Amino acid sequence: MKPEQLLFAKTHEWVHVAPDASGAKIATVGISAFALEALTDLVYIELPKVGREVKAGEPFGEIESVKAVSDLYSPVDGAVVAVHDALANELESLAADPYENGWIVKIKLSDETALADLLDYPAYQKQCAEEEH
Amino acid sequence: MAIALRQTPLSDWHASHGGRMVDFAGWSMPVQYRSIVVEHTATRTSAGLFDISHMGRLRFDGAGAPAFLDALVTRRVADQKIGAVRYALVTNDQGGILDDVLVYHLTDAGGGSYWLLVVNASNRAKIVDWIEPRLAAATDVAMLDVTVDWAMIAVQGPQALALVQPLVDVPIDRLKYYHATEARIAGHGGVVSRTGYTGEDGCELILGARAVEEVWQSLVDAGATPAGLGARDTLRLEAGMPLYGHELTESIDPLAAGLDFAVDLEGRSFPGRDPIAARAKDAARPRRVGLRLAGKRVPREGFAIVADGRAIGEVTSGTFSPSLEAPIAMGYVERAFAAPGTELSIDIRGRAEPAQVVALPFYRRQKKGLPA
Repeated sequence: MKPEQLLFAKTHEWVHVAPDASGAKIATVGISAFALEALTDLVYIELPKVGREVKAGEPFGEIESVKAVSDLYSPVDGAVVAVHDALANELESLAADPYENGWIVKIKLSDETALADLLDYPAYQKQCAEEEH
Repeated sequence: MAIALRQTPLSDWHASHGGRMVDFAGWSMPVQYRSIVVEHTATRTSAGLFDISHMGRLRFDGAGAPAFLDALVTRRVADQKIGAVRYALVTNDQGGILDDVLVYHLTDAGGGSYWLLVVNASNRAKIVDWIEPRLAAATDVAMLDVTVDWAMIAVQGPQALALVQPLVDVPIDRLKYYHATEARIAGHGGVVSRTGYTGEDGCELILGARAVEEVWQSLVDAGATPAGLGARDTLRLEAGMPLYGHELTESIDPLAAGLDFAVDLEGRSFPGRDPIAARAKDAARPRRVGLRLAGKRVPREGFAIVADGRAIGEVTSGTFSPSLEAPIAMGYVERAFAAPGTELSIDIRGRAEPAQVVALPFYRRQKKGLPA
């Protein structure tokens, strides 16, 4: 997956929406390369359980580095249908492949209105450039 | 209005070599270059290189200097021999800690004796303000703040002395731990001390602001790994060393902080001496302890330490220890809970995580020549 194909939350999560076999819309969610570059030295990720209901803008997990902890915010409304549990043992390589093997959860959308608040890649890059100054 | 950060003589080097520059006590300092863990591990296994030019350096001259400094700090320094370095505290009239400092007694090429006080960057102005009215009342002692004229770097780790030796004209391995001497460093005048803040062997170099970049680059070229404040913090935490503003504040006395070794009460007079002597008899006062956690979630400053369903203390520093591969913390707890082995918990964002009191330091380096 290339970042140009993704949507981004202001809180640095990426989203890719695609229909599953039944036609239900599934959002795959991860953390942007920019955020991972800023975090460095990851030591722990807390993941939700399958079935958990999530709301856009509310935390569904946390990621901890040597220096600080950050909440992971859901960019969409829905229910968690898959969790990338293996990530807990692969945190060192997360930054190397954030948009493919770096997926964190898949969320079955219950409502699509939150998608309108997400940024496309150029808009997200602009936000990141502003944060660096 | 933005207030410009102070630059060390190495700030440009850091920024142009990937240093992530942050505001630390008003100075632009690198928190890390790439990875804190890489910089930490390089220091434990080889040599880390730290810019500590932001620390305050105050020089004292005059026959009255020993008595003046002895009346300023918690530790007896009047008897300190030339070449010795002592860790001490500056306390206020209530016995609260104003700063933790290193006191150097040195001699220059002409044989004249002088003293250096190395203070925390965050406390430099406060300490100068504390000292100045006392100086006015003292005789035959002068203070000069040489912080910006001189740079200071730390080279720490098992390879540190071997990397520094070719640059200095004194046999550095003959310098004892916590000793210092003037030396030529790459041909420039300076001071070498066998001191540090990482728990490793190594040294700290004080040298002219205009000479430091050349020496820094020589050490990088020789294989030292530049390391930022992030690694400096994880290293000192593993070594059980307190940090001002965290373990040490004006509301904490040296004995609660476990720094008894740096307090000489007998036959001495310094600000806060009597309150500290009185507190020494208070068996209930809190103690600084080390805590090790079994899980992966990391305790941070300000988190409550809990026992029997109530807060019995507070975390002052916490991190994920790269050497132990476990979360560790320091904090203050009520005396009854301070014994190593005591099982406590830490409230990490609403969830109680088990934590055990452990003896400090968390990490102790293997000393050469001694059986393991």
